[in-house]
Amino acid sequence: MAETVSLKPGAARVATAGTPGEPWGRKPRRTLSGRNIMLYGTLLVAALYYLLPLYVMVVTSMKGMPEIRLGNIFSPPVEVTFEPWAKAWATACTGLNCDGLSRGFWNSVRITVPSTLISILVASVNGYALANWKFKGADLFFTILIIGAFIPYQVMIYPIVIVLREMGIYGTLTGLIIVHTIFGMPILTLLFRNYFSSLPEELFKAARIDGAGFWQIYFRIMLPMSLPIFVVAMILQITGIWNDFLFGVVFTRPEYYPMTVQLNNIVNSVQGVKEYNVNMAATLLTGAVPLIVYFVSGRLFVRGIAAGAVKG
Amino acid sequence: MQKSVSIKDLSLSFGAVNVLENLNLDIGEGEFLVLLGSSGCGKSTLLNCIAGLLEPTGGQIFIKDKNVTWEEPKDRGIGMVFQSYALYPQMTVEKNLSFGLQVARMPRAEIDKRVARASEILQIGPLLKRKPSELSGGQRQRVAIGRALVRDVDVFLFDEPLSNLDAKLRSELRVEIKRLHQSLKNTMIYVTHDQIEALTLADRIAIMKSGVIQQLADPNTIYNAPRNMFVAGFIGSPSMNFLRGEIVVKGGKPVFIANGVEFSLDGYAAGEPLEAGRKVVLGVRPEHVKVDEDATGAEVHQASVDIEEPMGADNLLWLKHAGHTLAVRVAGNRRFRPGTAVSLSFDMGLASLFDAATEERI
Repeated sequence: MAETVSLKPGAARVATAGTPGEPWGRKPRRTLSGRNIMLYGTLLVAALYYLLPLYVMVVTSMKGMPEIRLGNIFSPPVEVTFEPWAKAWATACTGLNCDGLSRGFWNSVRITVPSTLISILVASVNGYALANWKFKGADLFFTILIIGAFIPYQVMIYPIVIVLREMGIYGTLTGLIIVHTIFGMPILTLLFRNYFSSLPEELFKAARIDGAGFWQIYFRIMLPMSLPIFVVAMILQITGIWNDFLFGVVFTRPEYYPMTVQLNNIVNSVQGVKEYNVNMAATLLTGAVPLIVYFVSGRLFVRGIAAGAVKG
Repeated sequence: MQKSVSIKDLSLSFGAVNVLENLNLDIGEGEFLVLLGSSGCGKSTLLNCIAGLLEPTGGQIFIKDKNVTWEEPKDRGIGMVFQSYALYPQMTVEKNLSFGLQVARMPRAEIDKRVARASEILQIGPLLKRKPSELSGGQRQRVAIGRALVRDVDVFLFDEPLSNLDAKLRSELRVEIKRLHQSLKNTMIYVTHDQIEALTLADRIAIMKSGVIQQLADPNTIYNAPRNMFVAGFIGSPSMNFLRGEIVVKGGKPVFIANGVEFSLDGYAAGEPLEAGRKVVLGVRPEHVKVDEDATGAEVHQASVDIEEPMGADNLLWLKHAGHTLAVRVAGNRRFRPGTAVSLSFDMGLASLFDAATEERI
């Protein structure tokens, strides 16, 4: 508070109002008002409430079983150990296999990467064609695609199983990748179509006059302007596919189970002792990928979602 | 004059809405044609049809005697400049200029030559390495013109190119476009809603309303002999004074009478006989009303000054005269106090007479 009281050279100008120089006048003071205490207090409590389970998980995953049996779930570990993490990753048993989550992790990678890439590639071209090349029946096509987004997944599971079986890819990673790509299509196409529609139409016209064709305009004009929306689509797809459980368990064989299914099998295994520390570590490991994706690209995510909202 | 662009019976409709209907237009080689009209009149739609960005629902378009109705935009020999500049944001000015040439797989040396020439004509040489976001509005529009220039086209299409610029830049760039046309001698089609741009740039103006060309003529004819009341009222600021009245015949000569005041029509060259009792509208431009010492002839009317608007070079008076308000333009150094009585007469040789029912020029 001393600052506002001390007379700086500029403060003398109050007497000669209107002279150029430092801004003058009363400065608003930051106060520890009752309103602010309430505001920040509420925020703090809410944050703690949501962070508490995470804290318990992290703490438990670093304790040994004897320490867990004492029952003090909030107390920090007396003896920090990373053995549960190693076990969850490499040696935890699911049924007959005892190689932990690592196999599920690599399965998930092999599912997520191609599904994300293919679905984004196809959907961005879909969106571009729908936004800029008004072909005959475009509106009908778009309507059908959007309706597809509202049909519950469960309705389609059995028919898809039959289709995949007839194609001879039921139970394989290829089948699951195709399913993920198709189910990502409506929302991603909508996303890309809206983004491309928000770009100035005159740019597209100018490119056509310059003689560029469908793919030239897509790759050389549209793509370089669309990084934010590609990041948004990537986040949506990576987290969505990584977190998927239902499709993973229905459409693949045990050796191809994704990490989420593997995690479930570890945590819900009925024989033996419940190893809470291993379960916690396994859960944290599984959740780490989406979490990292959010942290790394969160800023771009917000920019992409807000893009087109304000003309700029 | 050889035809450069020729439009025959062109129609275009969006669903049930007919934007253009059986439109015919011939544009001469090297002509500067301005399509003028308020928003929604179909002028931009017509330009987009010529460019090949919209498919017409009927009719044909010829450029250089070649039927281009179904040709791709790039094969029509046209270049287009947009209102929003439409520069590719991720490319430098140089890349923006050369993009179309690269797409056409032109040799590198030829591309460089053309870019150099365009940047010299438009004086954008120092800007070549910059991105569009680092340019001012005027510079951006110059680059956009350059993009049409490098393609060495027959016809330039301008879609309200100056509307996003401030007033000073607009008049500067207007002069540059005119100079460009004088040196290149290309055919140019220019869409605008600004009558000053139309009058200053055009060889001929096509005034459009609801998808129909109301009048197609040189600026002088458009201004002094508008074909109908829409054209008369659209061109000129402030608008032409319209006096509603009728024709009476006195001493064998037609006389216009409005609100009981008579105006001799001596000096007006009517295109058809003026029979007594016909309902007509007399149109007189503000600068064709003569005031006080300029008021000449046997017919001088009395009026009083309502409002005076000094505009620098001119002085705009709003006079009250026999139940109607007249806008009058006088020289800027002639000042009038509100309430003063003035005498006035009309310059009938430059006035326009319209049929009250059809609104067509008589």
